[in-house]
Amino acid sequence: MTNVAVTSTTKETSPPVRIKPKKRTWREALRRDWQLYSLAVLPLVFFLLFRYLPMLGNILAFRRRPGGIFGTGEFTLRYFERLLFNDPTFWKVFWNTVILGGLTLVIVFPLPIILALMLNEVRKQAFKRFVQSVSYLPHFFSIVVVVSMIAQFVSLDGLANQVLKALGGDPIPFIQRPEWFRTIFVTSEIWQTVGWGTILYLAALTTIDEDLYEAARIDGAGRWRQTWHVTLPGIRPMMITLLILNIGTFMNVSFEKVLLLVNPLTRETGDVIATYVYRIFTSSPSLQNYATAIGLFEAVIGLVLIASANVIARRTVGTSLW
Amino acid sequence: MVAIASNQPTDAANPAASPAPPPRKPTGRVGRRSRRGRIDDTPAYKAFQVFNTFALILVVIATLVPFIHVIARSFSSEVAIRTNRVHLLPVDFNIHTYQYVWNNPLFLGSYWNTIRYTVVATFVAMVLTTCYAYVLSKKHLKGRNVLIWVAVFTMFFNGGIVPNFVVINELGLYNTMWAIVLPNAISVFNLLVMKAFFENMPPDLEEAAQVDGLNTYGILLRIVLPLSKAVLATMTLFYSVTFWNSWFPALLYLRDPSLQPVTIFLRNLYAGAVGGESLGADAADLQVSANVQAVTIVLISVPILMVYPFLQKYFVRGVMLGAIKG
Repeated sequence: MTNVAVTSTTKETSPPVRIKPKKRTWREALRRDWQLYSLAVLPLVFFLLFRYLPMLGNILAFRRRPGGIFGTGEFTLRYFERLLFNDPTFWKVFWNTVILGGLTLVIVFPLPIILALMLNEVRKQAFKRFVQSVSYLPHFFSIVVVVSMIAQFVSLDGLANQVLKALGGDPIPFIQRPEWFRTIFVTSEIWQTVGWGTILYLAALTTIDEDLYEAARIDGAGRWRQTWHVTLPGIRPMMITLLILNIGTFMNVSFEKVLLLVNPLTRETGDVIATYVYRIFTSSPSLQNYATAIGLFEAVIGLVLIASANVIARRTVGTSLW
Repeated sequence: MVAIASNQPTDAANPAASPAPPPRKPTGRVGRRSRRGRIDDTPAYKAFQVFNTFALILVVIATLVPFIHVIARSFSSEVAIRTNRVHLLPVDFNIHTYQYVWNNPLFLGSYWNTIRYTVVATFVAMVLTTCYAYVLSKKHLKGRNVLIWVAVFTMFFNGGIVPNFVVINELGLYNTMWAIVLPNAISVFNLLVMKAFFENMPPDLEEAAQVDGLNTYGILLRIVLPLSKAVLATMTLFYSVTFWNSWFPALLYLRDPSLQPVTIFLRNLYAGAVGGESLGADAADLQVSANVQAVTIVLISVPILMVYPFLQKYFVRGVMLGAIKG
């Protein structure tokens, strides 16, 4: 019992000097903290059933025939062979995914930083809060709502086409044109995520030491150089953390949004790996194993991407997730 | 998510610790200092301020216009929409479409399902998340790091659509409410925010309660939770909004139309409209559908708009808590 008191008070008063508690054996720990452990049981069951069991379920990708996770059956690599060598559609959706993810990363990722810096320069707090309140709003709406709103906006009788007509152009059925898919996707992504994305940067901005600005001013730095030499380095760790996370979800490209936005006419550019998996899985139960194989392939790429981004970030700039 | 960053005390947790700017030679462009200690604005900076204000006003307009357009449509007549007369204000103002949608039994049933799922799922999620976050916040606990990693690893790797579906099916949850409620009961991000909150609570009270003979459950229920109302409210809002907005699990795991949430109702309207348009269906039907869609969008969003003032306050605080204290 006393151990708790010791560890927690030391943490309170002097974080750097931590008195390490005596190593306990599992038997002692269980006797002492069994009530705490008991609280973890249900959550652990949750993780086991709904997170780790599906991971294990990827074994289906190596089975010849569809079935349950614990079923028996011949093992095979034929689905990966098919995926890599015999399925042109897979490679098409693969490159669609890379392009869409790349566009999102290059165009959408920097925008919250810029918006946060702009908000940071606003002197009237009321105006700043107003802009923030409005720009966070789209984040809270369901993707279904957002996508149908986009669809209404760009439909033949929607506002986008009315503006186009006023400028003398012909109306375009945007939502059915493959060449417009990427534009619509990225624009709507900007609309929905950029405002909300500023929160973390604004939080990081508040932690920058005022003295650094003072020092920069004494050194003769103008506003612009203060931003460049104090503000940006100050939010750099946050930028890198978010960049790593974004690279990790790179292959995922807001799957739910793409699934809603894409239709048979725009598959040429809009079909991504996840929607392809969903489509072949729902079209025929006999393709279960193949769909699993594609999904696993994508998830492994995601894991490799985030792990390498993490290693690179740690080696080069010294910030990393783990 | 960023909370993970600071499990080790790297400078991710403390941006202020970043290296100071390298010393530079004075450029001779030092502005005069006003009495308040601020450098007087250069003309260039004043120009920037004007530009900045304009740009931000544009951001506000661009964010709001699609909303306003949909609201205008929802109150307009079909004819007005069809003849492209609806821009930002309703034309031929009426509430017929609202009455039509509201009296649609499928819509009402879906709406009720959404309410049901949101309440039950939020409750389950709160119980599980609170329990686990409390356990994880006890730094002396043996095996704590393993327990943390069990949760965090699932942020980076997950089973994928097909295995998830197979598991839900084998557990007998397919086509039941539990397929919506259970699989997303713990959001790791929320878990980490809550853990950070519990870690920052002063330990004295819990110790005193322990001396008074309360066991762990008693401490959690009678001491810790009453002191955590702010974070509990935040998390309840986080989860409610997520479940209210969720649609894909319903698409995947529910077959019965009578079980569908309202997001699926809207999705079907939308998919029908797009599909119809591409098949060259009768234009008049599509316009009705566009009208109905606009109303459905508004009706789904009204509860979110009603809690938005709270959301904004608590979400922002919650995210910052997770990001900085983590």
